[in-house]
Amino acid sequence: MATPPESVPVPPVPGRPARVRGPAQDVAGLGIGRAVGFLAPALLLIGAFLVFPAIWTIYIGITNYRLTGVEAVSPSIVGLSNYTRALNDALFHNALWLTLLFVLGSAIIGQNILGFALAWTMRRARPAVRRTVEALVLLAWILPSTVVAYLWIAFFDRDTGTLNSILGTQGTAWLIDYPMVCLVLFNTWRGTAFSMMLYSSALQAVPPSQLESARMVGASGWQTLRDIVFPHIRGHVLTNTLLISLWTANDFSPFLLTKGGPNHESETVPVYIYNVALQGGELGYSSAISFLLLIANLLVALLYLRLLRRRS
Amino acid sequence: MTPAFVVRRIGFYTVICAITLFFAVPMLWIASAPFDASPGLGVRWPDWTLENFRKTLSHPYALHSMVNSLLICITTAVAVTAFAALASYALSRVRIPGRDALLYGLLLLSSVVTGTAAMVPIFVMMFQLGLIDSRFGVALVMTGGLLPAAIFILKDFVDAVPKSYEESARVFGASTLQILRDVVLPVARPGLATILVWAFVNSWGNFLVPFLLIRSIDKQPGAVLLQTFTDEGGSANLSVIPVFSLLFSIPVVVLYLLVNSRYGFRFHGGIKS
Repeated sequence: MATPPESVPVPPVPGRPARVRGPAQDVAGLGIGRAVGFLAPALLLIGAFLVFPAIWTIYIGITNYRLTGVEAVSPSIVGLSNYTRALNDALFHNALWLTLLFVLGSAIIGQNILGFALAWTMRRARPAVRRTVEALVLLAWILPSTVVAYLWIAFFDRDTGTLNSILGTQGTAWLIDYPMVCLVLFNTWRGTAFSMMLYSSALQAVPPSQLESARMVGASGWQTLRDIVFPHIRGHVLTNTLLISLWTANDFSPFLLTKGGPNHESETVPVYIYNVALQGGELGYSSAISFLLLIANLLVALLYLRLLRRRS
Repeated sequence: MTPAFVVRRIGFYTVICAITLFFAVPMLWIASAPFDASPGLGVRWPDWTLENFRKTLSHPYALHSMVNSLLICITTAVAVTAFAALASYALSRVRIPGRDALLYGLLLLSSVVTGTAAMVPIFVMMFQLGLIDSRFGVALVMTGGLLPAAIFILKDFVDAVPKSYEESARVFGASTLQILRDVVLPVARPGLATILVWAFVNSWGNFLVPFLLIRSIDKQPGAVLLQTFTDEGGSANLSVIPVFSLLFSIPVVVLYLLVNSRYGFRFHGGIKS
């Protein structure tokens, strides 16, 4: 249950793997015995509530375990049939496709570009402007997800919603007619703060002298970005994109806005897992899908750590 | 000032205004609806009243759910901070065999095993342990989930504490426990406070875990209860929802401001700070 993306007020992503090899010197005289004792409670809790569930998913995923009925009492092993079923499950394909759209629209494009634009423009804005804008963007990020869901339900409301008032389109039920567009907008709004902060501190690494000389030779804004800024922050763009994609793909808050509806039109993989497991009661099948999600997360995280390591 | 420059400036401020509006407009509702005599989903200048606050506070479960949230989040935050502090100190100062592999594993775990990917096995496990409908069970699951990242963030803090403090205390004959209590703990206080607040805020907003594990309405924390406010007719209860949303957001914002002003916002991203 690490870093639930629906509530990440401080990015709990420990970077700096360089520190992994930091100097260890037992100056207080703790000793290996007591050090292991210090580690034990944390490792026990992590083992019980994080590692064990992750491994157990594999087992539940090869059974026909159900929430109710005969299979709830005595589930039997069905081999890989849950996985072959997933291959032919149109609703699962639908969930995969929607998750892809969600990640592409709100993370890779939305949060990335808006976050960079904010970091780039706020760099030279007046301190008062900068503080106000950053506070708003951060506020969107730290508010509890249930509250944020209501903000957007009110914003998109058919009869009195703010969006309809602004556009003069009273009677448009955005969440029903265009659920994925709504989710992409919502998640862009919700998550841009992380990219903004990451790019803000990445931009500080761009030598001002290079920007200055670009201005002297009359480079356009776009040329400066492409030839001077981008080479410096390429690594950050990659790692940022990987992280926000991982979080977005695992985000449960679409459930709070649309519950996956109408008629599965916004049912991303996390919502699909919930609906199959707790609405449909098919714990075995949903575990198989959870395991696929875990594998996808693992691949992205391994790639992320590799990139970080190469950079340092 | 060339005309091109003026045009560019105007364009620049238009873009900034548009972005600011994009972030501000959805928030207007929570600033107006709680104080409006006939609250709806729209945004308008309120017809000022505090009647909604009275209704919310007299709602049978509203305050109760705040207490539940407090119970769950304080338990989680204290447990995360205490266990992460012990673990990060050991990992920072003692070369335990397999330490690097352990750290790498924790780093992976903190992003791979997300709430949504593990919700089914966690539900089944808590069901079989008889911990469904238990606030303590919710706190346990949240603690396990937050610990790997907490250990990492805290280890950064401890690594930054100069070892010379501990060395000199040792030279003067302090025992190991004295060093930990009187030297390491005070120096690490900003890190501990940050983790405490971080864990509290994270569990305060967590919807999925209590939503999965808690059945009875009198045990639900605010994050879940907020989803269930309806009036007699079964539609959303709009005199309670806006007020409750506002009250439920206050602790998070206050804590954030507190940490920010006291210790400055430290950016724990995958980036060298």
